[in-house]
Amino acid sequence: MSVAAMEALSASPTEVARVLSPGGVEAWHVPSEVVPLVALAFTFEGGAAQDPDEKPGVAQMLARLLDEGAGPYSSDAFQERLAARAIELSFNAGPDAVGGSLKTLVRHVDEALELLRLALAEPRFDADAIERVRAQTIAGLRYQQNDPGVMASRRFFEEAFPGHPYGRPSGGTVESVAAISRDDLVALHGKAIAQGRAKIAAVGAIGPGPLALALDQVFGTLPEPAPLAAVPATRIAGRGTRHVVDIDVPQSVIRFGTDGVSWRDPDFIPAYVLNHILGGGAFTSRLFQEVREKRGLAYSVGTSLVSYRGAAMTWGYTATKNERVGEALAVIEAEMARLKDEGPTDEELQKAKDYLTGSYALGFDTSTKIAHQLAQVAFEGLGIDYIARRNALVAAVTQDDIRRAADRTIGDGRLLVVVAGRPTGLA
Amino acid sequence: MPDVTGAATLRTEAAPFRQTEGGGPEVFSFTLDNGLDVVVVPDRRVPVVTHMIWYRNGSADDPVGQSGIAHFLEHLMFKGTNRHPAGEFSQVVSALGGQENAFTSFDYTAYFQRVAREHLETMMGFEADRMTGLVLDEAVVGPERDVVLEERRMRVETDPAAQLSEAMAAALFVHHPYGTPIIGWMHEIEGLNREHALTYYRRFYTPENAILVVAGDVAPDEVRRLAEDSYGRVTPFGERPLRRRPREPEPRAARHLAVADPKVEQPTLQRLYLVPSSRTGDGRDSAALELLAEMLGGGPTSYFYRKLVMERGLAVNAGAWYMGSSIDDTRFSVYAVPGQGISLEDLEDAVDATLKAIPAEALDADSLERAKTRLVAETIYSTDSQSSLARIYGSALAIGETIEEVRRWPADIEAVTKDDLARVAERFLVPPRSVTGYLCKTAA
Repeated sequence: MSVAAMEALSASPTEVARVLSPGGVEAWHVPSEVVPLVALAFTFEGGAAQDPDEKPGVAQMLARLLDEGAGPYSSDAFQERLAARAIELSFNAGPDAVGGSLKTLVRHVDEALELLRLALAEPRFDADAIERVRAQTIAGLRYQQNDPGVMASRRFFEEAFPGHPYGRPSGGTVESVAAISRDDLVALHGKAIAQGRAKIAAVGAIGPGPLALALDQVFGTLPEPAPLAAVPATRIAGRGTRHVVDIDVPQSVIRFGTDGVSWRDPDFIPAYVLNHILGGGAFTSRLFQEVREKRGLAYSVGTSLVSYRGAAMTWGYTATKNERVGEALAVIEAEMARLKDEGPTDEELQKAKDYLTGSYALGFDTSTKIAHQLAQVAFEGLGIDYIARRNALVAAVTQDDIRRAADRTIGDGRLLVVVAGRPTGLA
Repeated sequence: MPDVTGAATLRTEAAPFRQTEGGGPEVFSFTLDNGLDVVVVPDRRVPVVTHMIWYRNGSADDPVGQSGIAHFLEHLMFKGTNRHPAGEFSQVVSALGGQENAFTSFDYTAYFQRVAREHLETMMGFEADRMTGLVLDEAVVGPERDVVLEERRMRVETDPAAQLSEAMAAALFVHHPYGTPIIGWMHEIEGLNREHALTYYRRFYTPENAILVVAGDVAPDEVRRLAEDSYGRVTPFGERPLRRRPREPEPRAARHLAVADPKVEQPTLQRLYLVPSSRTGDGRDSAALELLAEMLGGGPTSYFYRKLVMERGLAVNAGAWYMGSSIDDTRFSVYAVPGQGISLEDLEDAVDATLKAIPAEALDADSLERAKTRLVAETIYSTDSQSSLARIYGSALAIGETIEEVRRWPADIEAVTKDDLARVAERFLVPPRSVTGYLCKTAA
């Protein structure tokens, strides 16, 4: 099974070429002429963790304003140019990065690249656009204000990273977004959207020559970067504590977390395999079986590894009716303890590795997915051969590796738990 | 995991019939002796296949009093057969590095796996086995019903906006089951049992009622051979089960309703119109409605956004969508989110004024061209994803369209004229066909 999967993977996405422009801009490239489109993904170092302490939300607002007018074009003129050619351009902001993607039909690639260049290099931040995006952002925050999932997550990050940028709501608050000024946006733009800050991937019907020229055109003319604020390394706080956000709903949303392992850490792959066994995204995980299949406690339950520049965490989620919150948490904690103490069976470990190696290729079946995966691998500094190497890393994981990963993640089993709802029977 | 195709997903399915310019992807189709329809969409770029089985029954075919049974059965379909006990199929999919899921919509139910190409035969074997071989233990039915109840709590019971959507659909469809939520009403889900599920299963899960779609790194001949060896062995029922769908009466009353909840901090305005679908519309009506939704409400260059957000500042967002892919008459939606200090009543007046001006203001040649370009380009973008192609063809056939109709869709869009747009707007976007909903805050 693994052999076949490796062969499957030896198709296009492992044949990643490095393209270096005359001006020194690098991109990872997977050419393909089958579909007449070009997909680009890029990630600039410097995200919401760079927001001023008292003004969370700047990075996300910046991401929403880049396509709201640039160069000679006002917001509506810019959007009309995109729409008239069905060019899809979008930006987003995470804790550590401002990223984006571009998708275009081949026949409009020149226009698409020029609009991307303008959005990155010459966003206008016109007053009317800022006010419109501000109003939209505040409306979005109000819309989610009493959503139990959003409230649980927000409180979870506050408790996990108190006083740290990762503890702030990256989308901001109604008050902070109201206070964001044009200067705040310009300042972050100057730090993040700059020479040498971006990791870039290109997929589709564009050759290396034209791509190299495009790289210089779009990314090579960006200004020299202003320094980013250092984001201190930290780890999850509050393990062993439980917090309730009171909200009048019949079902409680539960978030739980403990230590994790960074993607750049040599133990990441063992921790990733362990996480798959515990609560990864398949019907076979222990939490899915114990919480959902056997007991009908929840529709969704799972865990994932969170890897930031300055912190790593194992993060879990579920939702169950208020009366069963105590039971759900007891099952989750017992399963984590059992996995830590007894480890997975050899068969369970083998099946997890088979799944993870076999399914890796499924993440590479569209141009956009390939571009995003490559940009992320580049952003994490894992090397251009990572995609080719990754399945061998998974296949090599031993029970010893799993035990080490369990020590570093599940550890003593104490969890930070946040519940949003009206739970009953919580100790 | 088993999933309800809710309104949000259906919105993206509103324009499903896409193809590339100049003919689109190669598509092959044939029918097995037992009546199973098969569609093959080769995509040779990655050695992966998407294997889907579609059944021509959805929540709108739920028996009266058993709302949610289509969706509940979809969950129970993972509970095993005589040949393969509970969990085995999922474990095999997982061990092969595959991914699987299922979803229920108003008009169909579908199951799929994505696997490396050499595992297609294994998937077909399991899927054909559970077409008629499902075994339900009382012991698994109860916990799974609890799972569905938790799913409903998560999607609806904790979310006032979802409650408004349900109430509006129930008001729009005064007679047709599209007014009942796919997941079912809480009190009826609580009463669903093993017998309901098996009776429903025996009625609808037959080869004649199913469509097999395989997209990916395969040849049509190979799919035919594998399908004959697996699905081909399933005994036919004799004829395709009938769907008995009542027709909506001609609507006469403009309806207004509100969901007021102390949790609501941001009010919104929603409007639904009862309109023809791709199956019930005359001539170019459905294509025109598709384009009209794009021109009125498809993003920041749309007419509503320009008028209500950019020019008048009454809304922070505004848009429209059309759920064209339906067997029976369907919904066209207009929505707006008011700016700070703007009442829903004032916003509704502005929406109505904007709608009145459609023929005179909204339908300029540039906007029409832009909307056509965007819709047709989506058909090209969709060819980049074998999963999208499989869904496009599967959903079309499941509602009774033909492959030819799917392939003709871009041409149908191109053929729409300004007069068509004005005609459908005037005929269908009228108060008697509408339900208007307010989401607003009450005192705690």
